[in-house]
Amino acid sequence: MGQRIDVEHLDVFYGKFMAVENVSMTINPNQVTAFIGPSGCGKSTFLRTINRMHEMTDKATVKGSILLEGRNLYSSEIDPVQVRREVGMVFQRPNPFPTMSIRQNVLAGIKLNNKSLTKAQADEIVETSLKGANLFNEVKDRLDSAAIGMSGGQQQRLCIARAIAMKPSVLLMDEPCSALDPISTLAVEDLIYELSSNYTIVIVTHNMQQASRVSQRTAFFNISDVGKPGRLIEMDQTTKIFSNPSNQQTENYISGKFG
Amino acid sequence: MSKISSFRVNLLSKNGLKSKVLFKNIKNNRLSKFIKPSSRVISRQRRQFDNFMKVLIFLSFIIVSIPLVSIIYIVVANGLTQITPYFLTHTMKGVMGGFSPFGGILHALVGTILITLGAMVISIPIGILTAIYLVEYAKGNKLSSIVNTLVDIMSGVPSIVAGLFAYSLFALFFGPTAVFGISGSLALSVLMIPTIIRSTQEMLNLVPNQLREASYGLGVSKFRTIIKVVLPTAFSGIVTGVLLSIARVIGETAPLLLTAGSIDSLNLNLFSGRMMSLPVYIYNEYSQGLAVCTNNIFGADCLSDIRMQRAWSAALVLFIFIIILNLVGTTIKKRILKKRGK
Ligand SMILES: Nc1ncnc2c1ncn2[C@@H]1O[C@H](COP(=O)(O)OP(=O)(O)OP(=O)(O)O)[C@@H](O)[C@H]1O
Ligand SMILES: [Mg+2]
Repeated sequence: MGQRIDVEHLDVFYGKFMAVENVSMTINPNQVTAFIGPSGCGKSTFLRTINRMHEMTDKATVKGSILLEGRNLYSSEIDPVQVRREVGMVFQRPNPFPTMSIRQNVLAGIKLNNKSLTKAQADEIVETSLKGANLFNEVKDRLDSAAIGMSGGQQQRLCIARAIAMKPSVLLMDEPCSALDPISTLAVEDLIYELSSNYTIVIVTHNMQQASRVSQRTAFFNISDVGKPGRLIEMDQTTKIFSNPSNQQTENYISGKFG
Repeated sequence: MSKISSFRVNLLSKNGLKSKVLFKNIKNNRLSKFIKPSSRVISRQRRQFDNFMKVLIFLSFIIVSIPLVSIIYIVVANGLTQITPYFLTHTMKGVMGGFSPFGGILHALVGTILITLGAMVISIPIGILTAIYLVEYAKGNKLSSIVNTLVDIMSGVPSIVAGLFAYSLFALFFGPTAVFGISGSLALSVLMIPTIIRSTQEMLNLVPNQLREASYGLGVSKFRTIIKVVLPTAFSGIVTGVLLSIARVIGETAPLLLTAGSIDSLNLNLFSGRMMSLPVYIYNEYSQGLAVCTNNIFGADCLSDIRMQRAWSAALVLFIFIIILNLVGTTIKKRILKKRGK
């Protein structure tokens, strides 16, 4: 099941540079939430704080708190590695492990963490994860061939299968379709929509049609100037953001007016 | 070789053909009346310059290949005389002067293999772990820049100094007569470690960051990510680096002369007694010069230049070793580069 996320007064830094300032928001469980905004406004940066991926970058730090079902992910007794098992991530460019087969890629999260599985358990996980990612029928006859032999769209769905094999409660997706053709994009969008009944999904996108197609709620981020931190401008029902936003900046952005 | 010739072809097709086409166009073009004569002079000059450069490049290619071809020719021609099963399976124990039995290189062959294996055992873990530390853990911090400088300095250490270092280190514990195979291994490690560090660093840097992130994103710790994702991805590249570093040190003579010494018979124990190696064997044989065969009281076969023949044959064996290491290393590397290109 999806879990609810509450972000409270979050500031995000790269060294001394503040990339995101004072974000507070609630992300509803079992819904798709879209992040939109101009390039450099900190969407990716903020997204990566939700599974504590941000701190894997050199000198990157965070102030504030993020609660996952009331549990502060940034409290000292939380293990960031464990957080990343509960909050899965799909990246902009499909990144299957090139040394592994399709099957091994799906099982990667479990195997890399040294959990042992019986053959039957492994088969079960591979099948349900690939089915969950709408990929099973396309690859069921070549599970042992190399993952890099697939099309970009298939690779991206494999990455989604790999993420859901870990049975996370939240899935973060950073522009998951930007490297894909329109047909693969449609396949991934359908998948995102289906997944939202079981997971909390956060998706960053530059494509506003995509945001309105897949998401129930949308958050708009903006920067006042280069070198200034990004801020959350407005967050609301997607239909409201795209038809009748309350903030002038949001209005300008979605209608294509800048500055 | 192929690089140079393909470059020639490029030069030919890019400049030669184009300028010819250009020439034709100008001639056929009505406008050619209006083109100042000086522009034709310039193209002619350019063509002459092209030809001159082609000749120059071809000549330098020939000059470079002369020593290469002649080395291969001389080593093979001189070395083949003694390469027999007997030569490869016998030591120099009991061989006297230029008389038959002529002896062989078994002890040197085995010694070189054992000393090199010892050097690999010492240098591979140290080299790879250092590279992992530098690339994965200490990127850009103070300690890493210090270690990087040290590695640069270390790669410039003359091989004889590496030998002195290993000898004196063992002499410290076992006295001045401490000459063993493992001491030679240590000397070679000093020479191998910087090369292994550099090549491993290069291969680790080639592993796309996306893969590390994919692994972290699955809740895999950094350590396990390095062991299970980064190293397997870089594996063949690291192997290439190690092979090439072995190829570079396997012919070292001076440090082995100091540390492992020279002996006539087979020694299988790296930790006790002198141990022969191929380069030292070659040096030893050649430096003894011609044998005296005039006073043949034994009535046995005698060859006055037998030592030179043995030296050349041992050189051929060493040469083959190095060529194999290089070939295997570069084929793996080529395969990796091809994969990345895709
Ligand atoms: N590794 C990093 N080190 C330092 N600064 C960074 C790093 N990554 C991003 N930044 C800076 O943080 C700010 C936000 O970047 P971020 O990538 O989060 O923007 P974004 O909204 O995702 O942009 P895009 O839509 O182009 O992906 C930018 O000013 C960027 O230069
Ligand atoms: Mg981004």
